[in-house]
Amino acid sequence: MIHARGLTKTFGPVEAVRGIDLDVSAGEIVGFLGPNGAGKTTTLRMLTTLLRPTSGTATVAGADLFADPTAVRRRIGYVAQGGAFAPFSPVGEELVLQARLYGLNREQARERVTTLLAELDLPEVEERTTATMSGGQKRRLDIAIGLLHRPELLFLDEPTTGLDPQSRANLWEHVRRLRERDGLTVFLTTHYLEEADALCDRVLIIDHGRIVAEGTPDELKSEHGARTLDDVFLAVTGRELREAATA
Amino acid sequence: MTALAALTGHYLRVAFGNRFSLVFSALQPFLYLVLFGPLFDRSGVGSWAVLVPGLLVQLGLTSAGMSGFSIVFDQRFGVLERLRVTPVSRVTLLLGRVLKDSVVLLVQAVAIIVAAYALGLRAPLAGVLTALLLTTVLSVGMASLSYTAALTLRQELFAPVMSTLVVPLMLLSGALLPMSLAPAWLDVVSRLTPFRYAVEGLRALFAGSYASPALLWGVIVSLAFAVLGVTLGTRRFQKENA
Repeated sequence: MIHARGLTKTFGPVEAVRGIDLDVSAGEIVGFLGPNGAGKTTTLRMLTTLLRPTSGTATVAGADLFADPTAVRRRIGYVAQGGAFAPFSPVGEELVLQARLYGLNREQARERVTTLLAELDLPEVEERTTATMSGGQKRRLDIAIGLLHRPELLFLDEPTTGLDPQSRANLWEHVRRLRERDGLTVFLTTHYLEEADALCDRVLIIDHGRIVAEGTPDELKSEHGARTLDDVFLAVTGRELREAATA
Repeated sequence: MTALAALTGHYLRVAFGNRFSLVFSALQPFLYLVLFGPLFDRSGVGSWAVLVPGLLVQLGLTSAGMSGFSIVFDQRFGVLERLRVTPVSRVTLLLGRVLKDSVVLLVQAVAIIVAAYALGLRAPLAGVLTALLLTTVLSVGMASLSYTAALTLRQELFAPVMSTLVVPLMLLSGALLPMSLAPAWLDVVSRLTPFRYAVEGLRALFAGSYASPALLWGVIVSLAFAVLGVTLGTRRFQKENA
């Protein structure tokens, strides 16, 4: 579903992503972990056509990222870290607009929005604005907007940050169900390692723009003799910080 | 095409749902019409048919020219990025907004002309209708450039920069007093701004002189301005982070 080789991104003198390879198979839920500033969001924005990589090659959902970004856009959904709704616009209208941008006519779009909102436990929110919603509701709404066109591959950038444990667990349930029912492939970033452990088939850990560890949560734990994914994370990231501290 | 219609329709519903901003962005030219127009009419410089074309250009600057403000919010709240991951072409993302601005401007322009009629404006209908068309062309350029500026300038700078820029552009266009009164240097500076030609073209239409060179220049410059605006706007929308 994703095959990337040697992806890099430099912003002026800053090398945000320094040549990463990734492979994600259809139907997988893959967690993309790393400290703040490690290059997670930059990588996600490259894979979703929002940023042009400085070098490298990638096919995303079967289309070439460089040659045919429009085909990539048609097949993927992207839920950004900061949400996708202005707090003063009724969410129903925004969702219908978004659906129509993928080619649905007005009726199809309305129908799709109603069905999807019900599936995500958000009935009767169409007339409301996000200003009156809880954090968990807002996040499910962001996910709804990424799913309107039934993408094969969904990118979630820190979907559960700032949510209470119930809302997080609820969101995981939705993600799992989408994979079971629709065979959706999910590529998500998170700072909650127990979440990655519970939810993801496989995790990738990025640090300073490079992938430093990769495998199923259990593989990584046994490889590093660690009890939790937290311990693995601490062992493989921030090496430079520790070296600086001990030098 | 579906995407363009969906976007334009959506933005129009939002625009006409917000009566306050609809009135507010046309308030300045309207105030000039009511509070300055009667003076102008008796000043001996010219009649309503000379002032109103100038006010249409002023309206373009305050209405379409400030339209970029909306995209600042869309950018901040992630709405723009959400639109950018759809397969819709970048030109369409720009034009959906611009077409909305043109329709809004057209409605505001009609309101000002109707009010001007009530105050004493007399102009041939064909001329006025053509003038509305020309104003719309001009507004396409203004709105496009406004979005380009909004995505290029730092967020907090857009409103102060644009609202300051509008003043010299309006004064130099000769919208309030014809540039035929200007000293040579001011006349030269004025000729370097596109709106000078638009104002004079519109005045020719309101005067019913359809064969005048002023009209020809007004049309040429306005069309060129619209093409330039859309070209720059499209380029900006195609860039990353737009």
